[in-house]
Amino acid sequence: MIRPIDRRTFIVGGAAAGLTLASGALHRASAADPLKIGFIYVGPVGDFGWTHGHDLGRKAVEAKFGDLVKTTYVENVAEGPDAERVIRKLATDGNKLIFTTSFGYMEPTLKVAKAFPKVFFEHATGFKTAPNVAVYNSRFYEGRAVVGHLAGSLTKTGKIGYIASVPIPEVVMGINATAIWARKVRPDAEVKVVWINSWYDPGKEGDAAKALIDQGVDIITQHTDSPAPLQIAEQRGVLGVGQASDMKSFAPKAQLTAIVDEWGPYYIERAQAALDGTWKTSDTWHGLKEGFLSLAPYGDAVPAELRASADAIKAGIIDGSIHPFTGPIKDQKGEVKVADGAKLADGDLLGMNWYVEGVSA
Amino acid sequence: MALKIEARRQISTRMLYMTPFIAVAATVVAGFFLFMMLGADPFEALYVFFISPLETKYGLSELGVKAAPLIMIAIGLALGYRANIWNIGAEGQLTLGAVCGGAVALAFWEEQGLYILPLMALAGMAGGAAYAAIPAFLKTKFNVNEILTSLMLTYVATLFLAVLVFGPLKDPMGFNFPQSRMFSDSATLPIIWEETRLHIGFVVALLAAVAGWVLLTRSIIGFQIRTLGSAPAAARYAGFDRTRLTWFCLMLTGALAGLAGTFEVAGPIGQLVPNISPGYGFTAIIVAFLGRLHPLGIIASGLLMALSYMGGENAQINLSLPQAVTGVFQGMLLFFLLASDFLVRYRVRRVKPLAEGV
Repeated sequence: MIRPIDRRTFIVGGAAAGLTLASGALHRASAADPLKIGFIYVGPVGDFGWTHGHDLGRKAVEAKFGDLVKTTYVENVAEGPDAERVIRKLATDGNKLIFTTSFGYMEPTLKVAKAFPKVFFEHATGFKTAPNVAVYNSRFYEGRAVVGHLAGSLTKTGKIGYIASVPIPEVVMGINATAIWARKVRPDAEVKVVWINSWYDPGKEGDAAKALIDQGVDIITQHTDSPAPLQIAEQRGVLGVGQASDMKSFAPKAQLTAIVDEWGPYYIERAQAALDGTWKTSDTWHGLKEGFLSLAPYGDAVPAELRASADAIKAGIIDGSIHPFTGPIKDQKGEVKVADGAKLADGDLLGMNWYVEGVSA
Repeated sequence: MALKIEARRQISTRMLYMTPFIAVAATVVAGFFLFMMLGADPFEALYVFFISPLETKYGLSELGVKAAPLIMIAIGLALGYRANIWNIGAEGQLTLGAVCGGAVALAFWEEQGLYILPLMALAGMAGGAAYAAIPAFLKTKFNVNEILTSLMLTYVATLFLAVLVFGPLKDPMGFNFPQSRMFSDSATLPIIWEETRLHIGFVVALLAAVAGWVLLTRSIIGFQIRTLGSAPAAARYAGFDRTRLTWFCLMLTGALAGLAGTFEVAGPIGQLVPNISPGYGFTAIIVAFLGRLHPLGIIASGLLMALSYMGGENAQINLSLPQAVTGVFQGMLLFFLLASDFLVRYRVRRVKPLAEGV
């Protein structure tokens, strides 16, 4: 029999529930405080690209550790004078591990790190480390090689568009990897580059895509963070490649694949180290092999035999039999920069400031 | 029944000066409901937004760091706006100032001496003023609208800065990354509050506000500026030289913005990077109007705008509220200011259409 709830039971029940909650709160307070982890993002978490990828990493950390950690993020922080204040605020608020996820946060991160020697900092895509500042980056160019292979195979006009953000070596090597691998299957392929000088600007990215398509480009690739170029590609009936996150929902027909950043495993590893007290500074530059990036499932526009050859390149990069920058590689003037059979060293890649043959920028 | 908007015969001066306070109050009230809708405790949220940034020494100092460039630029803009000269391109002038001041810092990279900072400041002011001279020349010579030219030159300035930090001013030890060396100690602004980032630029901004006030209210050129803005025909009749005033206002704004740019790179940033300003040149336009185009009012409004940015950051960190809240807040502030401004000057009256009734 179900007893109707009268007022007294309600009050007693409510009090009991309140007590339970209170004791729960007490219990939680007496357990070890969670490790606070802070994230600072250059774009909005809803960019569906770079920042979105990092935020998925943050969520992976939360899912893995639950109550052991507490994460906080600040989005849309411009690279400039504001960054230092936000990073410092995160440190002052008790975050013990702070991920600064854009290149322009490098100097601010180092400055704050000096003032907070007991806080661990992780800076994405930079090159300066300190006892409490580690750097990490992904070998995006490995994914670009596969993308170049797809683009070179599928382009009809031989013109591949590349919407580029900021001309730092990381972006230059992505352009070069695309061009080298496109020209392996289509020797006359040309990679046309448009710089927009921003990591995230849907308006400019979309305009660049339109301009490129008007110039005869039939495949759009990008090193900027919004899905705008892919949406334009979809509208105009050309093909494209997603950036940083799987952008298929924005361009179900146009997206060939996407270079998907997988920061979660690294973030979990570093959070674990901080929890265990084994965190040490390091310089991590991982790629397809370690799972720092992956390629989104191929779109319908990629035929079966092309999928097989693209997968073969991917497998080759993973097992080490293929290095995307293996000579002979010529620069734009036709001079040999990497000798036949030689592989470009990491140090040269990290300072890359020249374009390979076939790039028009 | 219909509503009719008509100009008030008498505009209350007191009400006119009250509008910023009314706007702030209305924003707080609207913010209360906004936070409630977002599922946050509104009292706590308002506390985090407006009070928590002021609780620590570091927070107070950062308020000054953030407000200094806003105040400095807004002072110049306000003088121009008083005279109906619409410089929208302070962001570009700031960038050029940063480039010139920064270039001096890098040229004297291996030197030490007290002369370096003043030299940088002069170079920064000259750079900003020279950049503002372009719209001034086009305006006075060809009557080209300075709103368009100054705004568009902003984008040119950003790209110019990019070319320099990707090229000649790039750190030779920096692996081709687009930034200059860090400036030497002699080229870095002195800190006026220990253990913070508050630099001498804040004092300069306050002095600029006082100087702007003296200029506007106690000098002949200030009188000419005010006349040109409020009664152009009278100004012409009195023989005030419009060309000269246009040059004066634009160059002054440019110099102040350029100085602000130099202070940013010599202060909080410490090097030249592709992105120097988070839109200070544009935010300063809001600051100028929120401060009633009055140099002393601008100090208050500059601090308030700075507070709203920092409150937004704290709301993200402590309450997990989205960053858009900051934008909404600033938008409401401006909206309520314009609305109360309008209602001070006009009134809305119910009128009965003639055909109705009887």
